[in-house]
Amino acid sequence: MTWKTSEYSGWGRVHTANSAAARPERATALAAIVEKTPAPAVGMRRSYGDACLNDGGRMIDMSRMDRVLNFDPETGILHVEAGAQIGQILKIFAPKGWLPPVMPGTGFATVGGAIAMDVHGKNHHGAGSFGVHITEITLMTPKGPKVLTPRKNAGLFKATVGGLGQTGPILSARLQLLRAKGDVMIVTERRVEAWDEFLALLDASDATYTVGWIDATARGDQLGRGILEEAETGAGLVTAAKRGKRIPVDAPSFALSPSVVRTFNAAYWRRVPDRGRTVVKPIDDFFFPLDKIHDWNRLYGKSGFHQFQCVVPIDAADSLRAMLERIAGSGLASPLAVLKRMGPGRAGYMSFPMEGYTLAVDFPNKVAATRLISELEAATVEAKGRIYLAKDALSGPDSVRGMYPEFAAWAKVVKSADPGGHYITDLVRRLNLRTA
Amino acid sequence: MSQTWIILGATSTIARSFARLASGRGDGVLLAGRDIDDMAATASDCAARGAPLAEVIAFDARNASSFKAILDQASGIEGTLSIAVFVGSMPTQDEIDADPSLISGTIVDNFTGPAEFLTMIAPLLEARGNGTIAGIGSVAGDRGRLGNYVYGAAKAGFHTYLSGLRNRMGRKGVHVMTVKPGTVDTAMTWGMDKLPFLAQPEKIAADILRGADRQKDTIYTPLIWWPVMTIIRLIPERVFKKLKI
Repeated sequence: MTWKTSEYSGWGRVHTANSAAARPERATALAAIVEKTPAPAVGMRRSYGDACLNDGGRMIDMSRMDRVLNFDPETGILHVEAGAQIGQILKIFAPKGWLPPVMPGTGFATVGGAIAMDVHGKNHHGAGSFGVHITEITLMTPKGPKVLTPRKNAGLFKATVGGLGQTGPILSARLQLLRAKGDVMIVTERRVEAWDEFLALLDASDATYTVGWIDATARGDQLGRGILEEAETGAGLVTAAKRGKRIPVDAPSFALSPSVVRTFNAAYWRRVPDRGRTVVKPIDDFFFPLDKIHDWNRLYGKSGFHQFQCVVPIDAADSLRAMLERIAGSGLASPLAVLKRMGPGRAGYMSFPMEGYTLAVDFPNKVAATRLISELEAATVEAKGRIYLAKDALSGPDSVRGMYPEFAAWAKVVKSADPGGHYITDLVRRLNLRTA
Repeated sequence: MSQTWIILGATSTIARSFARLASGRGDGVLLAGRDIDDMAATASDCAARGAPLAEVIAFDARNASSFKAILDQASGIEGTLSIAVFVGSMPTQDEIDADPSLISGTIVDNFTGPAEFLTMIAPLLEARGNGTIAGIGSVAGDRGRLGNYVYGAAKAGFHTYLSGLRNRMGRKGVHVMTVKPGTVDTAMTWGMDKLPFLAQPEKIAADILRGADRQKDTIYTPLIWWPVMTIIRLIPERVFKKLKI
């Protein structure tokens, strides 16, 4: 196998790493690599921080192993190679009336990555995380493929789902697709005036897909204002596909300056009429709104950006409000901010979700922002919440273990699955997750 | 009328992209190559994407006895029968210089193997009076270069063969297209340094399919290689022999 040395970065472009990567296209090639030179598997590198990096080491780029291996139209069970992208699965199966059970905010995420991060989507409150819908995982071990199911190999399965790739490369997985009415979304958008109203609406929502955009620059009486989107799948209405745009260069630093963001957010909020509205959107526009703008991460300029995402228990909603107050007061937030209610559904020891509220906010990579993020992390710990490791680039080892109560169980399984520490990534190293 | 592609060398990166793309628009695919397990995975993928026929069959350019079974299967395929040839191998010039016996295999993989197969199946296509043969050559076949002139020579031979085949088959309603890709991001080129105008396999696959639909004789893909190779072909040998390009 040929190894190609390049510089890589996560989606936030803050951390970079020099690695030698192999890019197998066949199962036999992957088997040979894992037997001789096991290394962490990466997909499309949509993790924001360093979960997809291994500086000075090797990695296995799984992006070319992306085929549909089997689909049973009776049961909706899809067997697919780990490098397959969620958006591709959507494209192939939505016209047949099936959807990926859980879709993260980008369709470029791979099945392998979605398992390793146990990602969630806009239906988390009802459907749970991605891993909940996985019926089987085939790991590639140095001894060859090993099939895991949630029943027969509960420990290794739960250490793999949400397990940050530490149990080894995933060759393929079976997932239960969801029945859909069609491939458009019927979306009801509603203006929300302030925080308390937002939480009340999220609590009361009985839509399958619910997400809140929040104006993280609004303060005072307007704190927590935003737009609530509730959606269901629909059929029979055709909307035109739009061509993707690309951000060709790194934007200058003033592109997302506080006044620009405040102005944009106010206009974005007013875009939805006072009385709300219902619109029909192509399915991928609803689930992956930013994917149409390729390389949108370049909007943050050369120095990159961070996304802070935490979840706090329901009874800690006031702490989350205090965090938003701090964010709004800082003037550092970008337009990209999301508030959502999460259900309890999770499938791995290290899965992020917990029943509660999750807040995600992007910040340009500046000293003031990194300082703010570490304050927000401390507030998350205090609220007995969690930081999402798919987004994290800044935490230290001390806080993270405490956030994940099943850490010890995970660490034990991982130690026996990978005693040599071959699958350690920069994130795992930074958070010191593989030492006793 | 439905079209079915016999795809020779179906485990190659570009062939896989081509098979998926053709499947997505409803063409059938018969995948021919050596790694049956891997092709079976691609066939499942093609079926999911919409191919009405997605099957695999053994093909080895170096073993002409594998050709007959494909011919038998091909004669039973209904609708338009087309062929896309992605077979090839590219040992580095250094490897060849160290072991000149690699030359004959390179010539078989890139030229004489597929040529023998195409010559065998040509009467079947002529009798049907339609279909396309897309032969994947290379810009490397346009000029003998320091870096890979044995591979280039094999591709040049294949180009000339395709040109003659086009002359013959065109009279019977069968279209023959020569495809000259530049550098493509495949398993074969992974890890090579400084590849100019590196293209993704999906782009090459789309160009092949579009070229076949429009009955192009020769295409460069991506198109940038047409002006580039036009200039390179015009450089006098007296000058070219001193260049390192």
